[in-house]
Amino acid sequence: MTGTLATLAVIFAQLSLLAFGGGNTILPEMQRQVVDVHHWMPAREFSALFALAQAAPGPNMMIVTLVGWHVAGWAGMLVASIAKFGPSSLVTMAVLHGWDRFKDRPWRRIAQRGLVPVTAGLVAASALLIAKASDPNAIAWAITGVCAVLAFRTKIHPLWLLGAGSLIGLTGFGQF
Amino acid sequence: MIPDLARADEPTTEPLHTPTIRELFVGFLTLGFTSFGGALPLARRAIVDQRRWLTAAEFTDLLGLCQFLPGGNVINLSVALGMRFHGWRGALAGILGFIAGPSLVVVGLGVLYEHTQDDPHVRHLFVGLAAAAAGLLISMAAKIVLPLRRDPAAAAVAALGFVAIAILRTPLLPTMLVLTPLGVAAAKRAARRNAGTVDNENKGAAR
Repeated sequence: MTGTLATLAVIFAQLSLLAFGGGNTILPEMQRQVVDVHHWMPAREFSALFALAQAAPGPNMMIVTLVGWHVAGWAGMLVASIAKFGPSSLVTMAVLHGWDRFKDRPWRRIAQRGLVPVTAGLVAASALLIAKASDPNAIAWAITGVCAVLAFRTKIHPLWLLGAGSLIGLTGFGQF
Repeated sequence: MIPDLARADEPTTEPLHTPTIRELFVGFLTLGFTSFGGALPLARRAIVDQRRWLTAAEFTDLLGLCQFLPGGNVINLSVALGMRFHGWRGALAGILGFIAGPSLVVVGLGVLYEHTQDDPHVRHLFVGLAAAAAGLLISMAAKIVLPLRRDPAAAAVAALGFVAIAILRTPLLPTMLVLTPLGVAAAKRAARRNAGTVDNENKGAAR
């Protein structure tokens, strides 16, 4: 148990400091650690937890809390949350006072701009991996495709898309 | 119609309010419970328009820091705002307020899921929910990737990252240690080219 908690702490502390461009960039590494390296759950369950977290209010990284809770109960939830939110918060607190001094420096702009393609590649990888694990059949792929197009083209609220997808799923249409 | 719109855009002269630690906690608790599908627009409205903790310019500036650093934007914002007003106690009040509510909600949903996941209806529902969530993620990826098509070097870095992480499944840390310098090199090249274009345009204008 202590071993599991320590492992959770190490994994999420590392993810915390690598999450440039927000939480979705670290999903593939989280999935790799949780599913492939530690076998805490199958890929499909990881996607289900990701979906649950998307349907809940608040920051989009609540999957961290869910993974911690799933792996080691309340203690796991606490350890995963502190490890994921603590280190990046400490960095924010440390940098806050210096921000006025370096925000307009050329290197800061170059560094931020240089991280954009890295973020883009990582979020695209997240999308492919989560879609592959979430879509066991043609109807699921269809829901994914339609939601992707609607979310990209319109300003429809994401909760409507999640709700509609769930309802279509509930009918069992096209699922065996 | 037009004068009304103009008035709505005018900066209000109402003075800013410095939140107490309690107000920071309650403010972010409310935000955590009420923001679905991305907390940023709501955070801006609550902090700038409703509670008047920051001016619009201060908010944008602070958000710039939060986007630059690792971690979620609004999570970092809750820490930075709390820190700015009340040091580490304020930072703790902000982030705890923000994640307390959603943590309880999400664990409640998790308990529900574990107890009902063998029910075929629930299983079907989850296939639909997860498929829709995957669609949202694809749309988000498209919005970040498509602007890169004008910058082949940046697009190449993104493609490299995609292949490494999604197909080769390399660990994140070494991947980022290789890709970030490449991304920075691409950004430098783009900045130099832009500077060159501006210089040429200026020369053209001078002539």
